[in-house]
Amino acid sequence: MTSSPDAPQRFIEALPFARALGIELESIGDGHARLSMPWDARFVGDPATGVIHGGAVSALMDTCCGAAVLSFPGAIGTATIDLRIDYMRAARPGARITAQAECFHTTRTVAFVRATATDDDEGTPVASAAGAFVIDRMTPKGDTP
Amino acid sequence: MSRRTPPEPVQVVKQRRDAALAALVEGVPYIGFLGVRFERLGDELTAILPFDEKLIGNPALPAIHGGVTASFLEVAAIIELSWAMIWADMESGTLDPLTVDREHLPRLPKTIDFTVDYLRSGLPRDAYARARINRSGRRYASVHVEAWQDNRARLIAQATGHFLMPQREGSG
Repeated sequence: MTSSPDAPQRFIEALPFARALGIELESIGDGHARLSMPWDARFVGDPATGVIHGGAVSALMDTCCGAAVLSFPGAIGTATIDLRIDYMRAARPGARITAQAECFHTTRTVAFVRATATDDDEGTPVASAAGAFVIDRMTPKGDTP
Repeated sequence: MSRRTPPEPVQVVKQRRDAALAALVEGVPYIGFLGVRFERLGDELTAILPFDEKLIGNPALPAIHGGVTASFLEVAAIIELSWAMIWADMESGTLDPLTVDREHLPRLPKTIDFTVDYLRSGLPRDAYARARINRSGRRYASVHVEAWQDNRARLIAQATGHFLMPQREGSG
């Protein structure tokens, strides 16, 4: 996995909603991506516990899966077809959440992606995700299809 | 001859229900962060997501971020479930809606899993969602949600989720 500091982070920052969630890219390359999101009082879903809303975790997972697809060799674009998230446990309030995604299998047009999210207790995941993504590829001539 | 208590004025009933819904929605910070609000017709809720630049995921199209769509659907499902519980308790008289404020909110259901089916890209305009509770038991519930923009028949996304219901007093 390669991790060149500037270009991928600029890609994440070009996505207004990823920027709004404070998502940071930690590493990316070859169909894998690792992104993280800080705890923020504005992202809380359950005021009684201070636990982050599942929707914010979904957004982190979706961004991470999309980044993994875009980092697949030859990929030039992507879109989510479907995404399932399993919420294993509540993320610890105050803790940063890190998502890790990999292109598990790709066909000519579809990437099957799996991801897990963890907080500071890496023993048990906070959530896991499985999704199908469109993968737009460069044609042999190097043009967009 | 016994005197019947006259029915309450409609505005009083509406105000009380709207206040209970507002307390429920305003209690969740992430709903405010997204800018989602709810409209109520009787017990039917419609979630509204006004378009905002920060909701964009693909600036080239531009399209709403898939995570925004997922969040919007999950918010609509959780509020629908909570509202159904509050509504039932308000109607049966076990819950005094005047006591539903930020400090005395019922516990929210917890998401077990949530699957989003992206049907069309979300355009830079307002989106709407309605949730339908397909099963609601003491322990868990299954909810289906649909979201659309200009045209109710052309959904931008739909989702199904399972939720762990909060344990209620006396339901042990």
